[in-house]
Amino acid sequence: MRKIAIYGKGGIGKSTTTQNTVAGLAEMGAKVMVVGCDPKADSTRLLLGGLAQRTVLDTLREEGEDVELLDVRKTGFGGILCTESGGPEPGVGCAGRGIITSINLLEQLGAYAESEKLDYVFYDVLGDVVCGGFAMPIREGKAQEIYIVVSGEMMAMYAANNICKGIVKFAEAGGVRLGGLICNSRKVDNEQEMIKALAEKLGTQMIHFVPRDNVVQRAEINRKTVIDYEPGHEQADEYRMLAKKIAENEKRVIPKPLAIEELEKLLIDYGIAA
Amino acid sequence: MADQNEKPEAIMELDGLDPEAVKADLLRVYPIKVARKRSKQIVVNDVGHCDEVPVISANARTIPGLIGQRGCCYAGCKGVVLGPTRDIVNITHGPIGCGFYSWLTRRNQTDPDASEDRHNFITYCFSTDMQEEEIIFGGERKLRKAIQEAYDNFKPKAIAVFATCPVGLIGDDIHSVCREMKGKLGINIFGFSCEGYKGVSQSAGHHIANNQIFKHVVGLDDTVQKGNYKVNLLGEYNIGGDAFEIDRIFEKCGISIVATYSGNSSIDAFANSHTADLNLIMCHRSINYVAEMMEKKYGLPWIKINFIGAEATAGSLRKIAKYFGDQKLIDRVEEVIAEEMPEVEKACKEIRPRTEGKKAMLFVGGSRAHHYQALFNELGMKVLSAGYEFAHRDDYEGRKVMSSIKVDADSRNIEELEVSADPNQYSPRKSSEELKKLEEQGVTFSDYEGMMPTMKNGTLIIDDISQFETDAMIEILKPDIFCAGIKEKYSVQKHGIPLKQLHSYDYGGPYAGFKGAVNFYKEIDRMVNSKVWGYMKAPWEKNPELTATYAWD
Repeated sequence: MRKIAIYGKGGIGKSTTTQNTVAGLAEMGAKVMVVGCDPKADSTRLLLGGLAQRTVLDTLREEGEDVELLDVRKTGFGGILCTESGGPEPGVGCAGRGIITSINLLEQLGAYAESEKLDYVFYDVLGDVVCGGFAMPIREGKAQEIYIVVSGEMMAMYAANNICKGIVKFAEAGGVRLGGLICNSRKVDNEQEMIKALAEKLGTQMIHFVPRDNVVQRAEINRKTVIDYEPGHEQADEYRMLAKKIAENEKRVIPKPLAIEELEKLLIDYGIAA
Repeated sequence: MADQNEKPEAIMELDGLDPEAVKADLLRVYPIKVARKRSKQIVVNDVGHCDEVPVISANARTIPGLIGQRGCCYAGCKGVVLGPTRDIVNITHGPIGCGFYSWLTRRNQTDPDASEDRHNFITYCFSTDMQEEEIIFGGERKLRKAIQEAYDNFKPKAIAVFATCPVGLIGDDIHSVCREMKGKLGINIFGFSCEGYKGVSQSAGHHIANNQIFKHVVGLDDTVQKGNYKVNLLGEYNIGGDAFEIDRIFEKCGISIVATYSGNSSIDAFANSHTADLNLIMCHRSINYVAEMMEKKYGLPWIKINFIGAEATAGSLRKIAKYFGDQKLIDRVEEVIAEEMPEVEKACKEIRPRTEGKKAMLFVGGSRAHHYQALFNELGMKVLSAGYEFAHRDDYEGRKVMSSIKVDADSRNIEELEVSADPNQYSPRKSSEELKKLEEQGVTFSDYEGMMPTMKNGTLIIDDISQFETDAMIEILKPDIFCAGIKEKYSVQKHGIPLKQLHSYDYGGPYAGFKGAVNFYKEIDRMVNSKVWGYMKAPWEKNPELTATYAWD
C-alpha cells in the first residue's frame, strides 16, 4: 500500500486534481482510499456525486464511542473508498486537532488494515500547514510520499517551497519523501519551464503538467471527475497520464527548499523578466 | 536575638558559615548560564542605611530543568484569589483535572451563615469537563450549557468562568459567552482569561483576578453599611480560619469589615467594598492591584498590615486606630491588646525555652515567607534563609523599587487597567493635609517595606528556589524546621526535617491574630522538638546492601 499526501496552496486545485487522479488509478484497477483532511469536507464530492459524506468527526460526535468503519466510509466512483475528517466551523475550535483525532480513529477502526487490500491511500490536506495537526498525514507511519500541486503564480510557488521545508523536518524524523510537483496550469507565461526549473532546484521533478481546460469546471458542476463525466475528453487522458506517472514513479527525494532570494530570482528569470 | 547586626562592619555570617560560600555551593553544579541567572536570584542580605538592600531578580521565568515550586496562572486566579468566595459559582472551562486539582486544596474556610441566602458553593467543583470533541469543535456551546445548568440548579448571584490552557489555544471567546448569559439570566456573569501558560507563575493569575473583580463587581452597590470604622481586609484568604480570628479581634475593637478579599467572602461584599474607609493589605503580592485601583477610582487609601505574629497584630491594630484618629478607638485597641496579650505571653514564655535558637527556613508564597518570620522571632528562632515562590522585586526590596522594575514581555502579556477617579463615586477619605500628618506620625500609606529590610544581614534570600537548592540548603545549614508547601513536604521530611505547610497549614490553624499566634507556637514546639522524622531511617540507610531471594528459590 502506498500512502500519498497531496499538499499545495489553498485554491490551487488539490481536491480536483486528487479526485481526477485517483479516478485514473481506479480505472487502472487499483484499490484506492481517499482521506479528506479539510474541515470543509469537500475532498470526495466528485467521487461520491455530491457532499453526501458524513464526516469522521461528526460521526464521532453523534455516535459517541460506538463508531464503525462503515459509518464513516462510503464507496464512490470506481470502487474508491471515501472518508472525510471534517472539523469545526471556521473560527472555532481546533481543526488541526480534529485531523489528528480523525486519522487516529480511522487507524483504530482498521481502515488501513491488510484485509482492506488497499493499493493507495490519498490524503487531501488543507491548503496551508498552519499547525501541527495539518502535518499529521506526513508524520511517522502515515503518508510516505508527497505531491505538491503548484502553478506558475508566485504565491503558489512560495507555498510549495514552504511545504518542502515541512517535508524536510518530517523526512528526517519519519521518512516521508517528496514525489514531485504537479503543475495545475493557470496559463501563466513560461509556466511549464518555470515549474520544471523550480522542481529541479528543489531536487525533485515536475511529474506532470495538467493543462487548463473548462471541462474540469463542467464536470465539477455535475459533481463528477472528468474521467467519469467525459471519459473520451483529452483532459481525462491528462489525468490518466498523471495517474500512470504516479503509479510508476520511483523518484522520491528529501527536497532542498530554496532561499527566498533564489525563489524570487527564478520568478524574475522565467516570469517578469522573460 | 542574633547579635550579628550589632557591628555593621562585621563579616557576613550565616549560622557560623560564610553566606557567599553557601551561595557558591548552591551554584556550583549549574551550567554557566543557569548559574549566572540563579546568582541574581540568590542574594546575601545586606541592609544598609535607609533600609537599602541588594537587588534581587524575581518574577522571572523558571529555568527549564529546575524543579521549582510554582503553580500556573489559572491556579493563581481561580485557586487562590476567587476560589475562597462562597457564593460565586466558579466554573472551570477546561479538562476536569484543572478544576479538580484547584479545588479546596488551600483549606479556605467560610461561614455560609454570614449571608442571608446561606449560599455556599465552595464544596462543589464546577467544570465544563472539556473533551476532545470540544477541543476540535470549540467549547463555547458546552460552556453556555454549563452556565445554564449551574444557574438552574443553584440560582447563584454570580457565576465566574475561568479559562484553562486549551481554551486559550482553540480561542473560545469566554467573555462573549459570559456577556450573553448575563443578559439572558440577569445575574452577574464574568470570565477570566487566566490560561495556565500565561506569565511566569501564578502571580499573573492574581493580577487577572484583581482586574476582573474590579471591572465586573467592585462599585456595583453604593449602600453604606453601619459601623464607625469600616475597612476592607485584602489578601487574607481565611486559610485554617485566619480571617475568623481577625474578625473576632476587629469586632472586639469595634472595627467593621466591609469585605475580605477573599477569605470568608461574598460577592455582595465585593460589590460594596468601595464604601469602606480604608483598605488593609495582608498579602501585598496577590492583591495590591485592587487596592491601588480602588484608591484611584474611589479615594480610599491603603496601608500594609500584618496579622501574623502577636506583636505584628498589635502593631497593625494601632496603625488602623491611628488612621481613624478617634481616641475612643485608640483606647479600645489598647484595651483589647492588653486583654489578649497575657495569654500569648504566657504561651510564649512556656514554649520559648524549647524553641530558642532553633533554625527555620521559609520558601513560600508571595507574603507568607515574610509574615511568618514574625512568629519565629517571637519564639526566639533564627530565620536563616527565606524566599518567595512567585513574588516580585517589590515584595523583597520594598515598593520603593517599583519604578525601577523592568517590565518584561511576560508581564506585558497581562492587562493593565486604566483607572481614573469616578465622577460620582470618588471621595477622598482624608485630605492631603490629614494624610501628610498621619505620615508624620508613622502611618505610611501605599507602601510595603518588603521582606529583605526586616531580615538579618548575612541571611540568604532565594527567589523561586529549586528542589536541588532546597536539598542543598538542608544539607548545609541543617534547619530545625522548613516551611513550604505540599510538593516540598515529603522530600524535606526525608531529610529528617519537619516541614510546616504555609499554604494549607497542614491540618492546623488559625495562625493569625493573638489566638493564632498561640496555635503556631504550640505547633512549632511540637514539630521542632518531636524529631519524629529524624528517627526515621530508610532501609538503605540502615543497611546499604540489600539482599533478597527470588520467590522460586
